[in-house]
Amino acid sequence: MIKEIVSGTFGGRVLKTTSPINFLGAVDKKTGVIRDKKYDIYGKSIKDTVLIFPHGIGSSVGAYTIYSLKSHQSSPIAMICNKADLTVASGCALANIPMIVLDDDTIDDIENGMRITYSPGGNPPLFWN
Amino acid sequence: MELTSEENASLNGERGETLQTAYRILVATGEATNAEKLIPITWAHLSGVNYNTIGDAGEQFLRELSKDAHVKVKATVNPMGIDFDHISEFNHIDDEFIKKQASIRDSYIRMGVEPTFSCTPYDIFDLPEKNTQVSFAESNAAIFANSLGGLKTNKESAFSALASAITGKSPYSDLRKHNISTPMTIRMKMDNPDELDFGMLGFFAGKVGDTSVNISGVSQPNRRSCKALCGGMGTSGTCAKFQFVDSEDEKSEKVDFGKEEMNEVFDELNTAEKGDIITLGSPQLGLEELSDLSKMLKGKSFEKRCMIFCSRAVQEQARTLHYINEIERAGGEILSDCCTCLTPLIDTNETDAVTTNSIKGAYYLKNSTGVDVNLKPLSKIIEDETK
Repeated sequence: MIKEIVSGTFGGRVLKTTSPINFLGAVDKKTGVIRDKKYDIYGKSIKDTVLIFPHGIGSSVGAYTIYSLKSHQSSPIAMICNKADLTVASGCALANIPMIVLDDDTIDDIENGMRITYSPGGNPPLFWN
Repeated sequence: MELTSEENASLNGERGETLQTAYRILVATGEATNAEKLIPITWAHLSGVNYNTIGDAGEQFLRELSKDAHVKVKATVNPMGIDFDHISEFNHIDDEFIKKQASIRDSYIRMGVEPTFSCTPYDIFDLPEKNTQVSFAESNAAIFANSLGGLKTNKESAFSALASAITGKSPYSDLRKHNISTPMTIRMKMDNPDELDFGMLGFFAGKVGDTSVNISGVSQPNRRSCKALCGGMGTSGTCAKFQFVDSEDEKSEKVDFGKEEMNEVFDELNTAEKGDIITLGSPQLGLEELSDLSKMLKGKSFEKRCMIFCSRAVQEQARTLHYINEIERAGGEILSDCCTCLTPLIDTNETDAVTTNSIKGAYYLKNSTGVDVNLKPLSKIIEDETK
């Protein structure tokens, strides 16, 4: 099941975390580096990745962090979540970052470092290897 | 999501770029929350005011937006990073910060917001009648509105609330409807909890709960504890509402919050045995809390710097009632239009650790300001840190 929150085609390398992300507290808004040690992707940059994570948590201002990442050319290419939340959805909408929601089983199949492409009219629309 | 022809026209850009952007945000958040339509709201509370959090990109965005955008409904705004009335006392704040913060303030005012600069709009205004639809972005305020104020709001994001302010509309998502399917019940197992315990309960509930939780085993917490609960809950998760319940619903999943769970939260956020300074606030203190504080401080003085955050409106009322006199006499420093979370007023060159009773404050002090935190309830702060 694919649910489009912010539409757009994309392709890139997967960076996947099992931690919900608090964009305000955990992500450097200029570089995209995860700076909270509690995350399993601590120290990595989300820049130019297809970022897969459960959902956003915490501050509503996290939406500005997503917009700021885009302004500094440090944003992910796209975001994929298990559950859509308002902060990530609205941040992606303003920053024009494609965002989709996938079911848990599909997300389980996609591994870190894989290449993933999405095009809404494609057959299948979502492809990874 | 079904849109009216007028809403569709706005989404397609026929009513200008600002409304198109606003509707794009509303549609994305509507899809995210499974809303079938947009509904009118009467009050939007906006976050994204502190230059420290929104940065240059945010400052520039708001400056551009405010050339054209104007709020359509009552709109209040979150704290800034600094208190302009006291900024000359903080030499470490650079001119760039002051300039950019002033620009953000002016952009919001140009858009027609009420310049409240507070995370506690419920302490400033009488709340509208029950079940009124509002759009509150500040998480503690959204949780307070839904759980204690009888209002209806999503836990809005900075942009969804801004879009609501400009259009007067918000997605009709689950939280805005009357029936939420049986939420998880958190069983409070701690006796005589103080506001710090309530903050930790909230932080725990936010982590384990979904959109809404029931809380059992709690009787009539005071306003300080209620605010601490809302603040803690908003920090850790996506939960946007709680209900105190007397009896437990059989069908509801149950999770205990006892000594072990509490210690886990405490150990995550408490990293120092003492602080170099004290901060009170997050959420900002209300009139009742300032009244309590002034009584607790009778005949005492702080032995170290204590920053006390409250909204400008509450400060003015508290000054008239002489609460502020007593607090300032005891050495307390009253600051408005800003709060503990992400304020640059805390000089990290001179401060290694901060004592506070706020769980929300602790989270951001530790993760964003980058200082250690010493957690204590207010009664213990007064006992240990005054003479």
